[in-house]
Parts: sequence; C-alpha cells; structure tokens
Amino acid sequence: MTATTAPPDAPPVTGGEPPRRRAFRRGRLVPYWLLLPGILWLIVFFLVPLVYQASTSVQTGSLENGFQVTWHFQTYWDALQQYYPQFLRSLLYAAVATLLCLVVGYPLAYLIAFRAGRHRNLLLVLVIAPFFTSFLIRTLAWKTILADGGPVVGFLSSAHILDITAALGWTSGHRVLATPLAVVTGLTYNFLPFMILPLYTSLERIDHRLHEAAGDLYATPWTTFRKVTFPMSLPGVVSGTLLTFIPSSGDYVNAQLLGSADTKMIGSVIQSQFLTVLDYPTAAALSFILMAVVLFVVTFYIRRAGTEELL
Amino acid sequence: MAASRWIRRHLVVIAGLVTLAYMILPNVVVMVFSFNKPTGRFNYSWNHFSLDAWKSPCGAAGLCGSLGLSLQIAVYATIAATILGTMIAFALVRYRFHGRGPVNSLIFLPMAMPEVVMAASLLTLFLNLGAQLGFWTILIAHIMFCLSFVVVAVKARVLSMDPRLEEAARDLYAGPVQTFVRVTLPIAAPGIVAGALLSFALSFDDFIITNFNAGSTVTFPMFVWGSAQRGTPVQINVVGTAMFLIAVLIVVVGQAVSSRRGKSAATS
Repeated sequence: MTATTAPPDAPPVTGGEPPRRRAFRRGRLVPYWLLLPGILWLIVFFLVPLVYQASTSVQTGSLENGFQVTWHFQTYWDALQQYYPQFLRSLLYAAVATLLCLVVGYPLAYLIAFRAGRHRNLLLVLVIAPFFTSFLIRTLAWKTILADGGPVVGFLSSAHILDITAALGWTSGHRVLATPLAVVTGLTYNFLPFMILPLYTSLERIDHRLHEAAGDLYATPWTTFRKVTFPMSLPGVVSGTLLTFIPSSGDYVNAQLLGSADTKMIGSVIQSQFLTVLDYPTAAALSFILMAVVLFVVTFYIRRAGTEELL
Repeated sequence: MAASRWIRRHLVVIAGLVTLAYMILPNVVVMVFSFNKPTGRFNYSWNHFSLDAWKSPCGAAGLCGSLGLSLQIAVYATIAATILGTMIAFALVRYRFHGRGPVNSLIFLPMAMPEVVMAASLLTLFLNLGAQLGFWTILIAHIMFCLSFVVVAVKARVLSMDPRLEEAARDLYAGPVQTFVRVTLPIAAPGIVAGALLSFALSFDDFIITNFNAGSTVTFPMFVWGSAQRGTPVQINVVGTAMFLIAVLIVVVGQAVSSRRGKSAATS
C-alpha cells in the first residue's frame, strides 16, 4: 500500500551515489511498478487474511445461522483455558527441539566449515539431500526406525536408557513411538537443516587466522571455541534457532504421525477446530495467540541479537 | 591412552558424522522399504524383498494423479513467485523509495510466521469470500509463501553484484534493456535459479497450508498424509526414492558441468 501511494512530487528518492542518480532519475516510478504485483499479492493473500482472521476470532454464532462480529473477546480466554496444555507443550517441544538442533547441528556445521577440506561440497549436498524426499514420507520412516521391538528400541531398552527416559516422563513402558521423545526426535530431525545451513554460513565467514592467533596466545582449543569461534557464529545461531523454533512451534505433522493424544500440539488443535469441528472463532483465536507468541519471541530475539542480517 | 587422544582430537568429526547419519537414516529406510512386500496395509515392518512397487509405480489408486497435480502446482507457483519476487528484489536493491521499511517487513513476516497461522487465516479469507477451494486456492497460497524466499535469494545475489559492470555497459552505449538482458540478468541468474529451485521444493513438499486450503483436491503430500491413516502403499517409497535419486543426479551433473566450465575458463 505504502509503496503505491507515494506522492508524485516527493523529494528525489532515486540513486545512492551521484553517478547512478542521473541514470535513474527518469524512472522515479519504476520501483513502484516493480513492487506493485508482488506486494499486492502479499497484501491480499497474507495481510488481509490476518485481518479476516482477527475479525473471525471475535465473532459468535453457529455454522447454520452464520457468524457475526460481536466483539466477543471471551473466546480468547476460553480457548486459552481449554487448550493451554497444548500451547505450553508446543512451546516446550519446539524449544527442546531447537536446542537439540543447535547441539546436534553445530558439530556438523563446524565440520563442514573447517575440517571437511575437499569433501565440503559433498557434505553440503548430503545435508540438503534429505530435503529431496517429501518430508511426510521421511517422517513416516521414523515409524519404522522407532518401531516397538525394533533395533533402536531394543538397544535403548537393553542399555537401560528407556528406564531413565520413562522416569522422566519422556517415554512410557518399552516404547518410543507415541511418546514425547518420538515427537521431539521427529521435530529435531525435520528442522535440522534449517539450523545447520545458517550456522555453516556464519562459521564459513570466520577468518582462519583468528584461530591461529588464539592458539599462538596459548588458548586451548576449547577456549578458542568459547572465546572466538562461538561468539563469531552468533548470527548463525540466532537465525538458525529462529528458523527451527518458528516452524516447529506450529507443526502438527510430527505430533500426529509419531505421537499420541497425549502429545498433541497446538497446531493439531487449530487444524481440527478449523477443518473438523468447524468452530471458526476458537480456531482463529488460537491461531492469533500462536502468532502473537511467535512474533514476540522473534522480536525479542532480533532485538537481543541486534542484527539485521537474519534474512 | 592413544585411543582416547585420537577420539578427543576427532570429536568434532565424529559428532558431525553421527549427525549426518541421523539426517540420512530416514532416506535409507525409505529406499530400502521401497523394495518391501508388506504383509498388511502399512509398510512399516520388513517382510521380504520384492520389485513389485517399482514395476507399477502408479499401482496405488490416486497416487500418480496427486503427483501430477503437485508437479503442476509447483511449476506454476515457481514461475509466478520467481517473477514477482525477482521484481521486488531488484526494486529493493536498486532503488530508493518511500515505504521501504513496510515492504521489508511484509516480505519478512510470512517467513517469521508458523505455517499453520498463514494457512488458517487464508482459509478464513476464502471462506468469507465464498471461494471454491481447490487448484486455484492452493496455487494462490503457494505463490504467497514462495515469494519471500525468492526475494531473499535474489536480493542476496544482486547485492553482491558490482554496479560498475552495468555502468561499463552503459558507457559502451548499451541501452537500458540491452544492459539488463546482457549484463544484469546473467549475473543475477544464479540467485534467480536458487530462488526458483527453493520455490519448487517448498511448493512441491508443502503440506500444512495445502491441507487447509485444498478442499477435496489431493496433492502428493496430502496423498501421503491420507495414506498414513488408511494404509501406506509401497509406491510412496518408490516415489520418494525416485525423487531423491533424480535430485542427486541433477546436483552431481550440475557440479560436473560447473567444474568443467571452471576448468576450461581457467585454461583458456
């Protein structure tokens, strides 16, 4: 909107450096024409729907008689009261999966950036390669991997790891499927590349000589990592955690395919309210709350990190 | 003693390779189970080797139809999103204009929002307008969420471009159109191709937004989702494996071509 309604007598806005200004003065309207179709698309099919959703969330009525806007904010309160366990669970699972992605993904990103040598491209391809198979099929494959009585469960069980996780409430009995552990495993797996690629990008930019300098100053490898490498990779850590946390907080595929009724996440609730129960106001309210929470986290994070390079 | 030192020295490599194995394992399972002959309706446990599914990849009712639909939507969405996104990227990098901040936010927001929120809000729009859910609503949604990713990919490339190349073209009396077609576009091409590939992959593999806005239309991910409830035909694994192999082949060929081009450029 803002792009298209700029007054024609606006002060000269074209060109950065003097030599370029001349070339672009004639086409003062050019950027607006370039922006128009795409921005219009985003306004109509991204922004306007959010407004519609906001209005739906304060409507009351029924499918038969139709819904009217009655400014019924009670829906938000009711929805929160009814579904706060799923909300908290989603945020918890997403946070744990994000943390696991960071812990598990960092060594691989580090390996590709510093230790891979001529195998770097091969390793990068291997990181992206899983993407080429539909993620639903790959998520279903975890049903096979974590199957009851399968080798993974057998090993975890005989190593008494399942006893520990069961005591913590992550698994139940001698099963992994249909437990929180399975859902978090799936989430971590699905969003791991979104962590590794930004980490790799920021690690790759680090000047090798800094490592040598740290070593010359008698820093141990661990100190070098703590004082030099990790701080310099923070932009990658920030964008990686965001790219993992955002999609996993709203995900319902892993919870539905690998979990049980007890591992339901908020995405599942929104989906079933919208597509099965057809309680549009509640669904819209839940979706709005999720959006608010995620935007809050993102803004807070970007403020803290103080970086604009997240894109 | 020596062994523990070796492990300590190579800890990063070992941990990294374990992670890589974790990422590749499901693909291996998908591949292996495409040769399975399951006993029941679900293809989750190994029974015995068979080539049946590979011989009749369309043997599962509805699978190839959904695959064709997904490919069609992905191609259209990619073309539209790439054109619109490239235009936005050029406007953002090459021009100063009022409203840059809001435009940047509008492009960033779809990427900073859980898919389910976009899916649900788009559905409220379509329901309010009384739109018929199906092919067109899916396509509209896919173009919407692919756009931002194209903008980011193209913007990165155009930003790193040396503006002096275009000035040189102009100095050599190339017109604006000629400069754009002969100089700007070829240099921006890798970014545009990356954006297009990303769009294709995102659109082809999208489930959540499609699930909300598809009505009774079935794309390939929706077919897989449905079969997770009703019974998973082995052909799903065949499609998954074939997609994987084709994509790896493209990457390998692309690498070979670009490295040969690089070599010949170096020698000439």
